[in-house]
Parts: sequence; structure tokens; C-alpha cells
Amino acid sequence: MTTTAERADFRFNWVDSFLLALRIAAIFVVVWGTVGALALGFVGEGLSGSAWKDLIVAGLAQGSMYGLIALGYSMVYGVLGFINFAHGEVFMAGAMVGFFVADYFFTSGLWVSNFVIAILIVLVVAVATSTFTAVLIEKVAYRPLRNSPRLIPLITSIGVSFFLQNAVLGLVGPAVKTYPQAPTWLSQKISVLGLQIEGTKLLVIVIAVVSMIGLWLFVERTKTGRAMRAVAEDKEIAALMGIDVDRTIVTTFAVGGAMAGVAGILWALLFRGVSFITGFLPGIKAFTAAVLGGIGNLVGAMAGGVLLGLFESLGPNVVLRGLRWEIPVSLGIAALAAGIGVAVLAWRRGRVSVASVAGALIMLGIAGIGQWSIVIPGLTQLKDVVAFSALVLVLIFKPSGLFGEQLADEDRA
Amino acid sequence: MHLLEITGLTKSFGGLQALGGVDFHIDELEIVSVIGPNGAGKTTFFNTISGLVVPDEGRIVFEDEDIAGLEPSEITKRGIARTFQNVRLFPDMTILENVMVAQHCRTETGVWGALFNTPTFRNEERAIEERAKDILGFFGTRLTGYRFRQPAYVLSYANRRRLEIARAMGTMPRLLLLDEPTAGMNPKETAELTGLIRKLRDEKGFTIVVIEHEMRVVRDVSDRVVVLDHGVKIAEGSYDEVSSNPDVIEAYLGRPAEEGA
Amino acid sequence: MNQMPTRRSATDLDWDRVRRWGIYAGLTMAFLSSIGMVESLDKRLIVDPILSLGFLALLWVPVAFGYAATYEEAKEGMAAPEKGERDLIGGLAAGLIGGLFFVAFIAIADAVDLRGVFPRIGPALIDLLTFGRGTAVGGLLWLMISGLLGMFGGLLHVLPVRVRRAVTNALTAVFLVALVEIAVVDIFESLRLTVISDWIYAKNGGVTIAGAIVVGALAALSSVRSEGDAVVRFRTRYATMEGDERKRFNLIAGAVGLVLAVVLPMVLGGLTNELLANVGLFLLMALGLNLVVGYAGLLDLGYVAFFAVGAYTTAILTSPLSPKWTPMLTLDFFSIEGWVVMVVVVAVAALSGLVVGTPVIRLRGDYLAIVTLGFGEIVRILFLSDWLAPAFGGAQGIRNIPAAVAGPAEINGTKPQTIFYLVVIFVGIAVYVAWRLYHSRIGRAWAALREDEDVAEAMGVETTKMKLLAFITGAILASFGGMIFAVKVGSVFPSSFKLIVSIIVLVIVIVGGMGSIPGVVVGSLVLIGILGGPTQPGLLAEFGEFKLLIYGALLVFMMLRRPEGLWPSVQRQRELHQEEILQDAWLKAEAAADSAGER
Ligand SMILES: Nc1ncnc2c1ncn2[C@@H]1O[C@H](COP(=O)(O)OP(=O)(O)OP(=O)(O)O)[C@@H](O)[C@H]1O
Ligand SMILES: [Mg+2]
Repeated sequence: MTTTAERADFRFNWVDSFLLALRIAAIFVVVWGTVGALALGFVGEGLSGSAWKDLIVAGLAQGSMYGLIALGYSMVYGVLGFINFAHGEVFMAGAMVGFFVADYFFTSGLWVSNFVIAILIVLVVAVATSTFTAVLIEKVAYRPLRNSPRLIPLITSIGVSFFLQNAVLGLVGPAVKTYPQAPTWLSQKISVLGLQIEGTKLLVIVIAVVSMIGLWLFVERTKTGRAMRAVAEDKEIAALMGIDVDRTIVTTFAVGGAMAGVAGILWALLFRGVSFITGFLPGIKAFTAAVLGGIGNLVGAMAGGVLLGLFESLGPNVVLRGLRWEIPVSLGIAALAAGIGVAVLAWRRGRVSVASVAGALIMLGIAGIGQWSIVIPGLTQLKDVVAFSALVLVLIFKPSGLFGEQLADEDRA
Repeated sequence: MHLLEITGLTKSFGGLQALGGVDFHIDELEIVSVIGPNGAGKTTFFNTISGLVVPDEGRIVFEDEDIAGLEPSEITKRGIARTFQNVRLFPDMTILENVMVAQHCRTETGVWGALFNTPTFRNEERAIEERAKDILGFFGTRLTGYRFRQPAYVLSYANRRRLEIARAMGTMPRLLLLDEPTAGMNPKETAELTGLIRKLRDEKGFTIVVIEHEMRVVRDVSDRVVVLDHGVKIAEGSYDEVSSNPDVIEAYLGRPAEEGA
Repeated sequence: MNQMPTRRSATDLDWDRVRRWGIYAGLTMAFLSSIGMVESLDKRLIVDPILSLGFLALLWVPVAFGYAATYEEAKEGMAAPEKGERDLIGGLAAGLIGGLFFVAFIAIADAVDLRGVFPRIGPALIDLLTFGRGTAVGGLLWLMISGLLGMFGGLLHVLPVRVRRAVTNALTAVFLVALVEIAVVDIFESLRLTVISDWIYAKNGGVTIAGAIVVGALAALSSVRSEGDAVVRFRTRYATMEGDERKRFNLIAGAVGLVLAVVLPMVLGGLTNELLANVGLFLLMALGLNLVVGYAGLLDLGYVAFFAVGAYTTAILTSPLSPKWTPMLTLDFFSIEGWVVMVVVVAVAALSGLVVGTPVIRLRGDYLAIVTLGFGEIVRILFLSDWLAPAFGGAQGIRNIPAAVAGPAEINGTKPQTIFYLVVIFVGIAVYVAWRLYHSRIGRAWAALREDEDVAEAMGVETTKMKLLAFITGAILASFGGMIFAVKVGSVFPSSFKLIVSIIVLVIVIVGGMGSIPGVVVGSLVLIGILGGPTQPGLLAEFGEFKLLIYGALLVFMMLRRPEGLWPSVQRQRELHQEEILQDAWLKAEAAADSAGER
């Protein structure tokens, strides 16, 4: 109740000031990095045009996969109001079982002779596995906790997550399982909208979009979908209206699981390697995507996924790399002046976001005048730092998401 | 100079205007009732004063200081305490602890005092406990003796309401905001609480704003009555003036049903 | 309903339940075999030569599930469900069904080579599971074993309380004695009493049959004489102690603990001391996390970051291999240098607590958990990165951390005794801090904000300040843990500070009992002592590869069955007795609605 990101006036206490500083720092780094990357590109030291496009395509493909996983987080949070930490493992389970089927098809020759049929069957198996896993978890671990305080199911789901990871580790061993190579015609580049897209990535994007549309139709058009929305709104009233709440919740988990299964196959197409630990990072990232898009909001989850995917692929290579660029002194002075101007404006209006932009501009000015530059070796190592920073920043500054959360009142507290 | 003076208090939730420019004041040792139909914005009015909700506009001046937008704990520290319409105790803490924790803002020993068990710390703890017992004694024997060490959830509904008042008293306020203190009580308990509210002012020296639906209580305790409807103050005055005001009657009974509506 | 007790026939059972639990039993046994548990644990003997830990890992299943299959809830206002042959039959049936599934599993595994998918299901496993006698004989044996054990599970309902207690205590005692083998042998060796330990324990490990019989009989005898479950009785008694009595008890317990802590390391050998030092290290962290999670109600999943900060700060300050520009101090507790190190460690930890705490305290509880997890991972990856390698050494970390010094004594990992003493001192400090804070206005403020944050704020508790204080205190305690860890291992590197450390510390707090100091002590003793930490072995070192699986399962189990923990705090104990205090149904409903609505 007391949390208001934008207070009516500047009445800063220590926490607000700290948050403002954090915001300024984040904006500062992103702006400097982006402008720097563009500037470096201009003088021919940056990424080539095709490298840019490749990064964007990779981001889109990976992002649509995150989006699919995010749907599961988003739906469960929307309906039950807790973070299903084990959802990443649901995704992993689909990919893992899919591998064994794919491997079998590879040895039996179907994979090579008729790839489309093979991958479809693998997809079905993965979806079935993930759906089953999700439903099973709900039944065993979450149903008895339906009315407990929010943190209890979260802690439970952490336990489930570790259990599943280590169960899979025990069952199939620690080695990374590598899906067989997709046929060559899939790895050729196809030109779409001026982008040269690798066939696999295009396939990934297409499957994601199709699943998304299917899900949307399901939620908006079918009776079960309506029941889901009703339960999300208010469980008790939904029950009074004759909706079978238990079944609806199971459906929610099943649908979320199915989407995670699809995502599992997309992962296999993109990266090929699967192991027991595969679910952890994509799970966390997908959760970020769900929050970024506004938790409980399905279209938002997909959009959040794509945004995060882009951010993650561009973040280290563009933004962090761009920090090498020394801001010219003249530009620094200009930024400083602009920053002070905006700061005055912010003070008048009493708006925190304007103030943080002003702060970032002033920082840029200082960086320019001080001739700063940061060269970071081993950029790819920081890929996950970028992802986790995105997680932290999104949750702190935009917990209600870009497209608005859709939650029952009691869960918003 | 009024103890509390509010001007143009406004608050909207999304499209819904819960408070639309309310002016209000109360003087030292006055008891003012705020009444109005359900959803009139009474609780929101309390929430903005106590800082749980940040008002969109308006000034809330308490003892010469604008407190709008301060953290709730800061406001409590300045001397405003409240109870909640839907009783919100700390159910797993003991009855004594419920009142002791309310004195948080009146005490200061920090980590060092606690760690080294300094004399100041011990004296303060003893004083807090004594005062808490004293406050609970104000309600007769219901909340005393063996009750001290019982968790708050064992209490009956009426006793929970009493404990909530005791907890608010624990913060040692000058201004006490009571949100429907008699809700859910039987007539006998209601009558007793009415007397108690007067006693709070006469003996303990609190200035009191009380939200009430029970008109008999309003009549018996109020020096002045303020009527809210749809977030707007529609009447103000003594109980008799207000109860005969046609606007107020209309707000409570609703407009005569229009044909075909 | 007709209240007249009518005699139920012996087959009047909830067959659906029996069938379900039977199937669960079979699947569980198959699962435990498939992940290689039976095979790996077979090397450790419990009772030589008849029972290995591996088989024990299977055999508990029919017993427990047979017990569950015939469990009937005692409904209020109804006559207690009568017990009789029916329970034996139900247990037997469940055991048989489970056995059937398990035998089917063995048969399939024997017929089809599953190693392509499940590497652990190979001929060796089959051989082990069929006692080397082929599938047919092995299968029959399993049916029999499983059925009988299931029946034993059912029998537990029927036995008179005293007998049941005697039986379970005898079994537990044998298991415990086998469990602490290393430690006991260790002690007896240093006491020159190897005669006794040689008699109890067999050469290949495990209790001898004679030893098992004597131990079991002793345990059974002692329990027959006592009234009720001693542990439970003691715990309730402790929970209801008031004022002075409690204080006296705590003092006595503290004194006993102190004497033990001083004497034990002298009689224990290196291995056991090492083990206890690990227990203490995790206890230190768990006490810190308990402040944050148990007292203030903030679920911090990135707690390991503070542990890492403490370790790295110590490393940078003391190691000669840390960057040139840093000082090179000795952690000498009797000189000013050591105190400088500690002050810096505390300051850095407090600062990082503030930096992590400030942005997250406005978040709702579950988001707070995820953000702290994010922070924890960011810290680890940054320590790992090439970018900051000049300061933190990247993946190599910082090596050559010298021993700590206390007067004439050198404290380092090669002398686990010394580490243990160090840990004990800091655990003592942590317990004292937690206890004092809990019984002060700060502790009350934490309790209030855990129960209802908005109301706490409205009652004048500066919730931001109090939350930050919890974060900072917790961070400082964890950093002490990190400091000792650095000294103990002699080097720090990022892979010691994975998320799993945070999770294990959380499991300790939850299993022990959130907000309960004795609970946390029990939790770390049981979990770290038996199973071990993320990389440190416990008494059952063989569990190593299955540790995390068990931690995960335990977390789920506790949340479902015993969210208040093994040794609940007084406050949560109250919640348990809520039922008894509220005779009035109406009040009960009120309380339930409250606790549902107010969190
Ligand atoms: N936090 C909130 N978010 C959204 N709407 C709110 C919030 N708090 C109050 N409202 C709305 O503001 C309006 C005024 O509510 P308020 O609780 O102040 O009424 P009230 O006069 O106290 O009514 P009652 O007599 O039923 O207690 C109501 O329509 C309510 O739904
Ligand atoms: Mg109200």
C-alpha cells in the first residue's frame, strides 16, 4: 500500500535516494553503452551490419523461447499468486525426454529420412512430458498449500526444483545430451524482411508465434479459458459460480507445462545440448520476462520474453562493449548542460523518472569531461550478469510490468 | 490554531475518486464523528491521515507541520494513532507484546543497548512493560493478568477491538483515529465502549476522530459530526443539525427511486 | 451419523488408499534403484553382514508406505478409528502391491538394456537387487520382503503405544549407532577403549549382529520404562517455561554446551572435528539467516553473497597472493592487526547488506526472494569474471590464505580442532546476538513486521530501518562464517559460493524451525552432521551424490507436513496449540480467516 514509485513530491528518505541513484546508474550505463556502440560502429570499430542483424535474430529466437516459458510463470502467478520456481525444471524435463526420442529416431534413421515427422513426434512427447510433470507437481506439492501464506508455496517450489534437477541427474547422469544435427536445409539462411534468418531460428520463431496464438485463442475463446480468468479474478466467487476451481487450476498448470514443453524443443533446436541443469537459467530469465511483461498478462509475457531475449543478446556485445567509447569532451559538456536543464524541469514537475534521466545526463557529462572509458575483457562471461541485472532492475523499478499486471486483488498486497 | 487541519484532501484509485477535496479540522480535546454511507471514503480519509495512502493533493497540517506524504511511522511518531475497521492485530504476539511493540517509536535503545543489556535498556524495557500493563488495565480485567502472556488470537471479537485501541494508546498519541470501534459488538458492549471513548478524552486527554455507523454512539460521543458521501463533505455540525439535514438523509436513504430506473 | 460403534470386518478398508500407497511404494523403490542409490550406498554397512545402507534405503519404503496406507484420521467428535487385523491386512496388501511393481521393474530392467537412457540400471544393479540368484528367485524374495515389511508398517498402528515405542526406538538406536560409527571409533580410540568399539563395530564397518542386539535391547528397555516421547515432552516443557525458569534452563544449557565445546575437540579425532567445524560453520550462517527469514520474515535467497563477501575480504586482506595494493595482515586475534581485519570484514559486510537490502525492502515478499537470488548470482559471476580477476583472481580465486593466530596457537584447516574452537566462539556470539535482539524492542518490531507489515508501520515501527537492520545483522554473521571458511580452506574461489549454499542454509532454518534458535542448532546438527554441506561430507558421506536430492525432498516434505520445523519457536508452538486454546468453533474460524487474510 505504501509503495508508490512516483511520489507526488520530492520528500526523499534514504531509500528513495538510493533507488534514484541506482536508476541513474542503470540509465547512465545503458545510454553510454548504446551510444558508444553506435559511435564505434560509425568509425568502423564496432560490430558489422550483419553481426548486428545476427544478434537481433538470435535475440528474437531466444526471446520467443523465453516468452513461451514465461507464459507458465505468468499464468500460475495470475491464478494462484505464487512463483512456481520449479517451472524451469518442467521445461528441462520436456527437453530431456525429447532428446531420448530424437536420439532413437536418429539411430533408426527417421530423423534423417523424414525430419518433419520426427521433430513433430519429439515435440508431442516433450509437450506431454512437461504437461505431465507440471500437473504432477501441482497435485503433490502445491494443492495441499492452496491457502497458505504466499512464501510457503514459493519455498516448496524451490524444494521441488532442486528435487527434480537432482532426480534427473540421478536417473540419466550428469553428461550433456546433444540432440542430433538438424538437416542442412534447416541451417540455410532465408531472407525475411531484410533479415537473413537461419532456418532453425525462423522455425523457432514460427512455432512460438503459433503456440502463442493457440494459447490466446484458448484463454479468450473457450469455456475453460474463461473459467481460468474467473478463477484468477477471485477463487471463491468462481467456485460459487459453479466453476470447478481444482480442475481449472490443473488446466492452468497443464497449459503452462505444455508451453514449457514446446520451449524445450525450441531450446533443443537452438542449442542442442540438454542436461539436468538446463532449466535453471532459462527459468529465472523467463520469470524476469513474465514480470517485465506484467505478471498475469499473457501477451505481456510473450513480449517480455522477446524484449529480454533482445536485451540479453545485445546487452553484453553492444552495451558493455560500447563502454569502451570515450565520450568526446564537447559532447560531455553538452550532456552536462542538458542534464542540469532537465534537472531543473524535474524539480518543478516533481517527477522521479525525469530526475533520473537528468542524473544520467549529468553522469554522462562527467564521464565525457573526465575522459572515462571502461574496457571489459571476457564479455560473454557477463551474459548472465546482464540477465540477472535485468531481473533485479525490472523487479525493483517496474514490478507491475510494462503492459500491466493482471492479478486478483488479494495477490497485489 | 487547530490541532489538525486538512484542506483540499483528494485521492483517486484509478478512475474512482475516493476523496474529492475534503476540508476538515479538529481542536484539542474534541471528539468528532465521521459518518457516511458505505464506500463514502471514510476509511480512505483515515488512511491518508495516517500515511498508509499517499494523497494526490491537499494539505494535512498537524501541530503546524504538513505531514502529507510522510511515512506512516513518522506520522505515528508525531502523535497520531489509529485502529483498523477490520481488526488487524499481531495475532501470534502476546497481548502484552502487542501493546509493547506500539511503544517502539517512543523508545530508542538500539542494538548496543540490547546486546550489552545496559541499564538504560533495562529501565526502558521495564517502563514499556509497566506502561503496557497500565494501558491494558484501562479496560478492566479483561486484558490483564493471565491474559498478558496469551497470544492475541485467543481473544474474543470485542476484546480484539479493545486490544486494538490499547495498542493505539501504546503509541502515546495526541490524536486517536478510531475506525468503527463498535462494529460487531452487542448493544451492551457498544454502550460500554461509548462511555470508554468519552473516558479516553476526559481522563487520558486524547483528541478523537471516530468513524461510526451506530447512530446512538455518534449522538452520545460527538461534539461535532462530519458527513462524507462519495468522497465529499456534505454536512457538518452538531448531531442534531446533521441528523435533520435533508442532504444527509438523502445520502443515507438514497434518492427516491426514479420511475423506470 | 450413527455413533454406535459397529464392528468392522477385517477387510473393511479404504482399498483405494491401500492400492495408491502400494503403487507409490513400488515406484519409489524403482526410482531409488534407478538413480543408483542402492548400488552406491551398498558399500556402507549398517549391520554387518546382513544390512547395508543401500538396502536400508529401499526397505524403509514398504514400512512407511504400509503405515501410510492404513492410516486413518481420528475425526473430532467421532470414536477413534479402531485398529486391528485390518491394518495388518492393509499393510500387507500395500506391501505386496509395491513389491509387485518393484519386481516388474527388476524384470524389465533385466530383459531390456536400459543403460542408454538410465546409466545406473545395469547388470550390477540387477545382480544386487536379485541377491545374485536370478530374477525369479529374487522377485519372489522381494514380494515376500515387501509384503512383510508393509505388514509391519500396518502393525505399527495396532501395537500398544509402549511396545511400538520400544520397537521404533530399538531400530532407531541401532541405526544411530551405526551412523555415528566414525565419531565413536574416533573417541574410543583416543580414550583407548578400542575393546568396546571393536566389539560393537565390525571390521568392514557397520554394527555387529551381537552389538545390534545389545544396543536395540537397551534402547527398547529404556523406552519401555519412560512415559511418552521424551523429546516431545521436553520440547513442550521448554516451550511453556516462563521467565526465570526458562532463563535458568538456558543458562544451564549454555554452560553444558560450553563445557562440551571445550572438551569435545580434545577427545575427538581429526575427521569428527572437521565434521563438527562444518556443522558450526553452517550453524553460524543459519543463525544469521534465521534473523532475516525467521525473525523479520524476509526470504533472502542470496544469503551466500554475504558469506562470499566475508571470505573474499579476509582473503584480500591476508593473502600474499592478493593484489599488490592491498595490505597483508595477519588474522591474529591477540593483536591489533587481527582486529583490523575483523572490523573491515564487518564493515564490508554491513555495507553490502545495506546495498543489497535497500533496493529490495519495498518489494513484496516473493519478489524480494527472487531479487536477492539475482544479487547472489551477480556477486558470484563477478567474482568469477576476467574483468575483476585482477582483484579477485577469477576462477582461480585467491590462494595461500595464511593461518589465523591466537597467541601461541595457529588456526587453520589442517588442524580442525583449532577451527572448531574458532567456530564455537563465533557461534556463541551469534547465539547471544540473536537471543538478545529477539528479546528487545528490535525483536518485537521484527515480529510485528513479519506478521503485518502495514500495521507495523502504522504503529510506529520504522519498517525500512528494521528490515535493513535485519539484513545487516544477518550479513555480518554470514561474513564471520566466510572469514572462518577462508582461514579453514586456505583459499577462496567462486565455486564455493553457489546458490546451493543459500538453499542449504535455508533448508536448515526451515527444518529446524524458523525463528527458533534451538531449532536452528538441531537443524544444522542433523542436516550438516548427517548429510553434509554442499561439498563437505557428513556422517553418511556415501550420500554425497544424493544430498541435494534429499535436501530438495526434505524442503517439500517439511513445507507440506511440518512447516513449523523440528523444534518450533515458542511463537509457532503457540500456533500449534491454537486448536487446544480455542474451544469455541466460532473463534477458530475467526482465527483461521485472520491468518489467511492477514499475511
Ligand atoms: N486501496 C484501494 N484501491 C482501490 N480502491 C480503493 C482502495 N481503498 C478504497 N478504495 C475504494 O474507495 C472507495 C472508498 O472506500 P472506503 O473504504 O474509504 O469507504 P468507507 O467509507 O470506509 O466505507 P465502509 O463504510 O464500507 O467502511 C470504495 O469504493 C473503495 O472500493
Ligand atoms: Mg471503512
